[in-house]
Amino acid sequence: MSKAETPNRGRRARYRRIMFWFIAIIVFGAMALPMGSYVYTGIQQAQAQSVKDTNPRANYWRAVRDGQGGYSAVTGTSMEGEVVNTETSMLINNGGQNWRQVRNGLIANYGGWFLFLVLIAILLFFAKVGRVPVEHGLSGQKVQRWNAFERFVHWVTAISFIILAISGLSLLFGRAVLIPLMGYPGFAAYAGLAKGLHNFVGPWLFTPGVALMIILWIRHNIPNAEDIQWFTQGGGFVGKGKHPHAGRMNGGEKIWFWFICTVGVAAIVSGFFMDFPNWWSASREGMQLASVVHAITGILWIALWFGHAYLGTIGTEGSLEGMTTGRVDVNWAKQHHDRWYEEVQSTSHEQGRDATTEVRGQPA
Amino acid sequence: MARMKFLCDAERCIECNACVVACKNENSVPWGVNRRRVVVLDDGVPGEKSISVACMHCTDAPCAAVCPVDCFYTTEDGIVLHDKDLCIGCGYCFYACPFGAPQYPQKEAFGVRGKMDKCTFCAGGPPADNSDAEYKKYGRNRIAEGKLPLCAEFCSTKALLGGDGDMIADIYRKRVLKRGGRPQTWGWETAYKAS
Ligand code: SF4
Ligand code: SF4
Repeated sequence: MSKAETPNRGRRARYRRIMFWFIAIIVFGAMALPMGSYVYTGIQQAQAQSVKDTNPRANYWRAVRDGQGGYSAVTGTSMEGEVVNTETSMLINNGGQNWRQVRNGLIANYGGWFLFLVLIAILLFFAKVGRVPVEHGLSGQKVQRWNAFERFVHWVTAISFIILAISGLSLLFGRAVLIPLMGYPGFAAYAGLAKGLHNFVGPWLFTPGVALMIILWIRHNIPNAEDIQWFTQGGGFVGKGKHPHAGRMNGGEKIWFWFICTVGVAAIVSGFFMDFPNWWSASREGMQLASVVHAITGILWIALWFGHAYLGTIGTEGSLEGMTTGRVDVNWAKQHHDRWYEEVQSTSHEQGRDATTEVRGQPA
Repeated sequence: MARMKFLCDAERCIECNACVVACKNENSVPWGVNRRRVVVLDDGVPGEKSISVACMHCTDAPCAAVCPVDCFYTTEDGIVLHDKDLCIGCGYCFYACPFGAPQYPQKEAFGVRGKMDKCTFCAGGPPADNSDAEYKKYGRNRIAEGKLPLCAEFCSTKALLGGDGDMIADIYRKRVLKRGGRPQTWGWETAYKAS
């Protein structure tokens, strides 16, 4: 009996133990499961937190994309004249894309068309107005207009301007226009030469020339009331009225002069900036800006120069010899620069000499 | 054809600069020029990130667009290379590049810079593959030997990946899935057009 009872009692004790554990698990589960969801959300929050801490992504990278720099152990010579390695520590330089768009889009497109249209306009003007003659014919009497030094400065500047214009335009438009003609190696060789010439002629010849001309001629270029009249009368080109009064420089020449003093100087300064980045701590942005300013002012200068060269040569009879020989025909002087001629006459009379000289072999 | 790309995993880069050294040595990069560099953001601050950056070999490469002598070319693998025999050292590519890749060996008055130098993706340049001329001007042509850029091969944490864009994207995607969070294919938006 006892033998039979013993396993029974043992089974009951086991049932109790099982029941106890079931209850324990149920109680524990009932308490722990709701807690579990807290743990779960807690872990999730911790994860989110850690992601945010170690990688504050969007804003972080947005700042980099917007040009936020950092630190770089690498120094290089990527930017001339640079002391600190701000250049290498930058990850994304956004200015480059703008520079590309301005240069390749705005400047290379509109600049090219602008110059082309100016040439066409001058051609049309020439076709319509033709060469402005010396009204009363050449007198054969000459008067000194530009002295030797003025002419020397003018021609040094003029020749360097032409070199600069051709080399500059070649670097801007050569890829589209000259590579198909010259081939890659041919154009590259030429462009290398053009760049070198441009960089040396600019500061060595052209800049001193422009500076001297400004100094030499500024006192003749002070604007006055007669300049306005000169413009309202179309400089004597339009209509057949009386030629407007003008001193040594007429209104148009004064515009050219002051254009050079402003836009021209901007072209020169920006050119220096690009030519000597090692003189100042030139930044990438500074170089981009300088190149844009240089290209725009250069193109404007060339456009106005077209007009200057036209009027000084084929546009007006008797103008060019003033700058080549230094002397102009008296009738030309009376027609284009009457005030100046009167002045020259009166001062030379005071000094008891004749300002004009007879030139033999010239039609009277 | 594979489209070669670089990708630097900012979660892995530890700024050891091994890629920089590897590149300089493998390609005999001119003095003063570093084709690759490592930039640390928030240096010394919790959450600092390092990124190794060189030429990204852009799809619509700004450098190539502005070069006045048109000396850049893109290889079949999408690698942007340039011809030093044509380069006139004007500096335009340097103005245009978003990543500061083009650099110059000289810095002198009158804009004398020498020939532009930049990362070649270890793919040399126009001269015959692994010829002396190519090595002297552009460095090693590992691509022609069927190898990948040494910087990426050298990376101890495999932060810097270089190779077929699809494979790199795949590796990176798996990493992102494993560690959670969103992908940061650094520089890809700037360099590559979606294809
Ligand atoms: S990263 Fe710079 S140098 Fe390289 S392809 Fe792009 S623009 Fe050109
Ligand atoms: S520096 Fe050389 S490669 Fe760069 S834009 Fe100028 S000519 Fe082209």
